[in-house]
Amino acid sequence: MATYDAGVKDYAQTYWEPEYEPKDTDLLACFKITPQEGVPREEAAAAVAAESSTGTWTTVWTDLLTDLEYYKGRAYRVEDVPGDASCFYAFVAYPLDLFEEGSVVNVLTSLVGNVFGFKAIRALRLEDVRFPLHYVLTCGGPPNGIIVERDKMDKYGRPLLGCTIKPKLGLSGKNYGRAVYECLRGGLDFTKDDENVNSQPFMRWRDRFENVAEAVELAEAETGERKGHYLNVTAPTVEDMYERAEFAKELGMPIIMHDFLTAGFTANTSLANWCRRNGMLLHIHRAMHAVIDRNPYHGIHFRVLVKCLRLSGGDHMHSGTVVGKLEGDREATLGWIDLMRERFVPEQRSRGIFFDQDFGHMPGLFPVASGGIHVWHIPSLVAIFGDDAVFQFGGGTLGHPWGNAAGATANRVALEACVEARNDGRDVENEGTEILTHAAKSSPELAAALETWRNIRFEFDSVDKLDEVAK
Amino acid sequence: MENGIRDFPSRVGEQTSKRLGTFSYLPPLDAAEVERQTEYLVRRGLTAMIEHVEPERATARYWYMWKLPLFGETDPGAIRAEVDACIRANPGHHVRLIGFEPKRQTQLVAFVVERGGATS
Repeated sequence: MATYDAGVKDYAQTYWEPEYEPKDTDLLACFKITPQEGVPREEAAAAVAAESSTGTWTTVWTDLLTDLEYYKGRAYRVEDVPGDASCFYAFVAYPLDLFEEGSVVNVLTSLVGNVFGFKAIRALRLEDVRFPLHYVLTCGGPPNGIIVERDKMDKYGRPLLGCTIKPKLGLSGKNYGRAVYECLRGGLDFTKDDENVNSQPFMRWRDRFENVAEAVELAEAETGERKGHYLNVTAPTVEDMYERAEFAKELGMPIIMHDFLTAGFTANTSLANWCRRNGMLLHIHRAMHAVIDRNPYHGIHFRVLVKCLRLSGGDHMHSGTVVGKLEGDREATLGWIDLMRERFVPEQRSRGIFFDQDFGHMPGLFPVASGGIHVWHIPSLVAIFGDDAVFQFGGGTLGHPWGNAAGATANRVALEACVEARNDGRDVENEGTEILTHAAKSSPELAAALETWRNIRFEFDSVDKLDEVAK
Repeated sequence: MENGIRDFPSRVGEQTSKRLGTFSYLPPLDAAEVERQTEYLVRRGLTAMIEHVEPERATARYWYMWKLPLFGETDPGAIRAEVDACIRANPGHHVRLIGFEPKRQTQLVAFVVERGGATS
């Protein structure tokens, strides 16, 4: 029989179990731990396991009222970080019972809660999480998913194209709708509210929605193709969020948009559920992610945010572009776009994937490549992303010398030329210049775009490299 | 006055401004280009399907299906022959070729081979 022995014990005594075999039902986590000077790895790993599950700093008598052997999280393995002796990986297994069903909120509150401020560690990063399939299936997931969205929007055999309307702030509703109409009639599938467009004095949300709806309908009538604009329903309260979503639906719009990190996972999950019930597509923006995921030693890796969002719900999610103006290593990006789209993603350290992840029947979502892209990037984007992605321009459409419609046509012609060439068996990435130049012969819009953005590249090194590569 | 900026010629009321999905922003595919796309469809192991419609009904979710999907057909020439048969039997219609993937239940290839009605 266990007896109560008050006082402070080493965490490792209870929470370090190197012989433990993780169960299929366990939630697994890989942390990168930078311990304080003199703290042994096993003790630091056990401390993280304890503080993110059942433990606290001292023994309490109520520990003996329950089966802590069953409920505790266990650190079961530590590993070197390639080429970096200041930190190490710790693997922790948590029993399924520790987490409320269908709540990424609850999972995060435990895994990245108090433990991140714990004094015995200098820095802590959640590198990856394996959600057991049992848990995945308690979550709603994407309201529609890639396949359903293609059917709804009637878009097959190519990536989709979008454009974020600029200037991002300051346009009136009517001028904003004009910019939307011009992009869509020129050949894009979607336009997008910039993330910080909510309901400011210069353009209240209702006015924006009405103008945009007319623009979308007109472009559909003109081109005969289905169109959408991501109407941002991110709002100060969930009541406002729902009101905006309802109005978008009332206007017959196919898609709305949400910022999942600034608004929070509770709001996001509720909105995803609303979208599922109401047949609306949901575009997810990721403002604030770089605050959380860019530091290689502290925070949450983006791949974990991706998994959480897929469980919480969204049909599109920004992924980075590899080639544009925003941070994103190529192999790491390939890893997390798999996590958005695939049914099963195997462990693959060269892409930063630490665990097999099974999503079962949960639909996949479209990665959105956005940030400083233009026609010259399209061959690489087709090669990197394949067809199930949205290429989201901004200046790369709106900055065309003849305006948005011509810019949109240039984007679309370039895309279709690359898809055709890829299907013909050509190496699109290496023959990109030739493919685009040939297509421009029959498209003056593309010719002008190629001329405008010739030699504009964003070649900076990534800050957050994969550990395998950083060594 | 010429300033080098071109007007965008698309008009709501004109059939020539209507687009028809993938490759409809490129010049019409010639026979050799259609053949290469058909070879791709076969190489990917997709099921060829042919659909057609009156141009004024092109935005409908359902076009007419030509016969049944060509299950198991892996000869690009035979697929092209069916497309041509569909074109001959439905003068003035848009005709598209689809590469269907049954596991994911989606179209991985879809493009218009014959644009009916007003020419673009």
